[in-house]
Amino acid sequence: MLGTGLIKGMAQTAKNFVGSYQGPERLVTVQYPEERLAPKENARNFPFLVFDGDDAQKGLRCVACQICEKECPPKCIYINKSKDKKPDYIGKPQFYPATFDIDISVCMSCQICVEVCPFDAIKMDKVFELSTTDRFEALLLHKTELAKPNEYFQELHPTEAAEIDTRFAEEKLKAEAKAKADAEAKAKAAAIAAAPKPEPAPVDGSIPTPVAPKTI
Amino acid sequence: MSFSNSGNTGGETVIPSSDSPSLNGVTAAIDFDEPQKSYSLLPKQNSEVPGELLEVAMGPHHPSTHGVFRMDVVLDGERIVKLKPVFGYLHRNHEKIAEGTSYLGSIPYTDRLDYLCSMSNNWGYALTVEKLSGFQVPERAEYIRVIMAELTRLVNHICLVGFLMQDMGAMGTPLMYAFREREKILDLFEAASGARMMCNYLRFGGVRCDLPKGWLDEARKVVENFPRFLDEFEALLSGNEILIARAQGVGVLGKELAVNAGITGPMLRACGVNYDIRKVDKYGIYDRFDFRVPLGEHGDVFDRYMVRVLEMRESLKILKAALRDIPEGLIVDAKAKSRGLRPKVGEAYGRIEGPKGELGFYLISDGSANPYRYRVRPPSLINLTILEDMCLGLTIADAVIILGSVDIVLGEVDR
Amino acid sequence: MIPTLEQIKARIEQSVPGARLEIIPNGSPANQPSLLVSNEHAVDVAKFLRDDSELRLDYASNATGIDWLEKVVKEKVKVKRMVEGVEKELEETVEKKTPAYLEAVYHLYSMSLKHGPIVLRLRTENRTDKTHLPSLTPIWRSCEFQEREIFDLYGIIFDGHPDLRRILMWDAFKDFPMRRDYVAPDDYEYEPTPHDAVLEKAKCHFPIVETPEVKP
Repeated sequence: MLGTGLIKGMAQTAKNFVGSYQGPERLVTVQYPEERLAPKENARNFPFLVFDGDDAQKGLRCVACQICEKECPPKCIYINKSKDKKPDYIGKPQFYPATFDIDISVCMSCQICVEVCPFDAIKMDKVFELSTTDRFEALLLHKTELAKPNEYFQELHPTEAAEIDTRFAEEKLKAEAKAKADAEAKAKAAAIAAAPKPEPAPVDGSIPTPVAPKTI
Repeated sequence: MSFSNSGNTGGETVIPSSDSPSLNGVTAAIDFDEPQKSYSLLPKQNSEVPGELLEVAMGPHHPSTHGVFRMDVVLDGERIVKLKPVFGYLHRNHEKIAEGTSYLGSIPYTDRLDYLCSMSNNWGYALTVEKLSGFQVPERAEYIRVIMAELTRLVNHICLVGFLMQDMGAMGTPLMYAFREREKILDLFEAASGARMMCNYLRFGGVRCDLPKGWLDEARKVVENFPRFLDEFEALLSGNEILIARAQGVGVLGKELAVNAGITGPMLRACGVNYDIRKVDKYGIYDRFDFRVPLGEHGDVFDRYMVRVLEMRESLKILKAALRDIPEGLIVDAKAKSRGLRPKVGEAYGRIEGPKGELGFYLISDGSANPYRYRVRPPSLINLTILEDMCLGLTIADAVIILGSVDIVLGEVDR
Repeated sequence: MIPTLEQIKARIEQSVPGARLEIIPNGSPANQPSLLVSNEHAVDVAKFLRDDSELRLDYASNATGIDWLEKVVKEKVKVKRMVEGVEKELEETVEKKTPAYLEAVYHLYSMSLKHGPIVLRLRTENRTDKTHLPSLTPIWRSCEFQEREIFDLYGIIFDGHPDLRRILMWDAFKDFPMRRDYVAPDDYEYEPTPHDAVLEKAKCHFPIVETPEVKP
C-alpha cells in the first residue's frame, strides 16, 4: 500500500526521538562548554616539551638533535642549537635548544616528531581551546610556552609516561653505578700510582678524594 | 605591519618570463597565447527548438556538490543537455609535496586525501611501500589493519547514505542518525590512534602503536550494536516511497561503460560487475574472511544505495571474525624501517579496495630518501568520468542525487 | 593464468606488425616489469591488449606521467689499448648521457579475467618540443581525466584525446607544475610568519605598506 514506507519511517524517528532521552546509545553528544567528555588517553593535539625537575629551562630533555625538525612533514619546528653544554638528567653534559619554536598554525598534529625523538623530549598535548585573535605571533609557541613538567605528561599519558620514567630511572641508576665504578677504578689507579712512593700514608685517615671522571 | 599584495588581487598570475629555465622551450609545442580550445558549453542553437538554453555553474559553493566541486550544466528548461565537471578548487599538489618529503612524512598527507577514510588511505600507501621495499607485516598488525579498514568502510558508507538522503531533501534526520553511529566509530579511532579523522596510524610493516587496553571490547560492543542501527536505518529508508521514486531508474550506468571508464567500488558493483579487490588481490589477510560481494542489477542510484547498505553488513561480518581471531604479538615487523627509508631503485603499484573504489598508489624510487614519483590513483576522480553520461536528459534535481551517489570527497578528487 | 610479459610481447609482435616493444625491468621486490611501446603503434597495441581473448585487459586502472631528466650514467667499459707497446685490456669509465623524456605509464587490469597488472609505457622524444603521445582514451575511457591531468601537470600532448584541457590548474596557467625542474612562481601571498627566509622573501616581493597602528 502506498504510504506504508512513510509510516514505518515515522515510527523509527519517533522511536529515536524518545530514545534520545533514555540513554547514551541514541544521544552521543554532550552540552559542550558546560559538560565535557574526558579526553582519550591517546588523544593528541599539538606537541610540547617535557622537562624534569623544577626549572623549566634547566630540565628540558631536548638536546637539540634536530631530528624532529628534519622529519616534520610541514616543517613547523624551528630549533637553534646552543653553543655550550649543560648537564642533562643523568648529569651528562648535552647541548640544549637555544630557541625551540613550533608554529602551531602550520602543525598538522601528525605526531611524527614524537615518534622520531630518541630522548622522549617532545610529546603531544591535549589542549584544544587555543583560539586567539592574532593569527601569527600568538600561534607561534616558544620554548617557554612549550615546556611542561613531567608531572603534566604523566597526567596526560599515564601508561606511556610510566614506561618512560622507569626506563629513565634504570638508565640513571646504571649511569650512577658506572660513574661510581669509574671513580673507584680511578682511585685505585691513583692509589697504585701513589703506592711506590716512599712517603707515608696520611695519618689522619682521610680518604683520598676520588678524581671526577672526565667522561662517562 | 602588513604587506600590500596588490600585484596579486586581479587573479592575474605573474608569468615566468619566456626565458625562464622551467619552461624549457615548451612554448614551442604549445602556444599559450593562442586562445585555448573553445570552452563554451553551449551547443549551437537549434532553430527548431523553441526557447533558449541556459548555462548554469553549479558550485563551487553549492551545498549539493559535497565541497568545492563545480559542474557547468547546460539546461534546456529543466533537462540537462550538457554537463562538464570542473576540478581544481582544492588542488594542493599532494604529489609534488610527497616528492619532496620522506616516505614516512607522506603518511599524514595521505590522511588528507579522502578525509573520511584516513585509515584505508594509510593502508594503500603502506601497502605500496611494503611492495616497493619488500617488508613483511606481522599477524596482529594485519588484523588491526583489517579492523580499521572495515570500520572506515562503515564510516564512509554510513556518511554517504546520510548525505545522499540530504541531497534528496531528507533534511538532517538520516544524516544525524548516520553521524551518531559514525561518532562511536570515531571514538574508537581516537582511542587507538589519537585522532578522530587524521589518524596517521599505519606504518610500513605494521601499525604505529598497539591497541590500548579494553579497546577490543569497546570495538566488539560497537560492532554488535551496529546491525540494530542498520535495521532501523533500513526501516526508515529502504522501503520509503519517496526514496524509491527519486532513486529507481535514475542515473543508470551500463556494465560495459562502467568497466571501460574504470569505475570501481560500490559504483561498479551496483552495475553488476563482480570486482572487489579484496577478493581479487587478496591483499593483507582478506582471504581468511568469509564475506560476500553484494551486486546490483540496474546500476541506478537505488542500487548504489542498496549495495552500500549490504556492504556494511558484510563488513560487519569481517569485523566480527577479525575481532574474534585477533592474536597477540608484534605490531611492527622488526626488519621494517620507517624513518630514513631508502628503497632500492624500482617502482611499485599497490592498490586496495577503498570504500570509494580502487585506491592505488604508484611509487618510483631512485634510491634516495624521497620518492622520485608518487602518484595517487583517486577513485573519486575517475568515478566522475561518466557523470555526464549518467545525467544527460535528466533534470537538475536528479543530477544532484546522481552526484551524491557517486560518492566523492574533494580532498581526493583534486589532491 | 596470465601469460608472462615475454609471451605477451611475442604475441603483440605477431598481431601488430611493426610494433617495437621493449621490456623494462623493475628492480624492486614488487616485480612489476613494464612494456615500452613505440608511439605510432600504441593504439593498435592497446586495442589488441583489450580485445585479445586471453588477455582481455578491459580496465586501465592508472595512467600517469613521469618526468625523466637528463641523467649521466657512468659505465665501466673494457677497452683495448696499446700500453708500452703491449696490447692490454683496460677498464675505463665512460659517461653516458641518457636523453631526457616524458613518460606516460598505464596500469592495465582485466576485470573479466581478474588478472593484472600489465604496465605499458609510452615515451616522448624529448621534453621540450616533441611531447606528443597518442591518446589511449578511445580504447579505455578511464584515461580521459587522467590523461588530462598528465597534460596539465607534465605537458604531454595526447593526440586523439577528445577534450584535452587543463584539469587541476586553471586555464590561464602556464608551465607544468609536476615537472622536476619546475620553479614555483614567486607570486603567491606570503603570510608574515615570524621566522625566516619566507619573511625576507615576502618583504622584497611586496613593499611594506605602513599601516597606522590601531590601539584598543
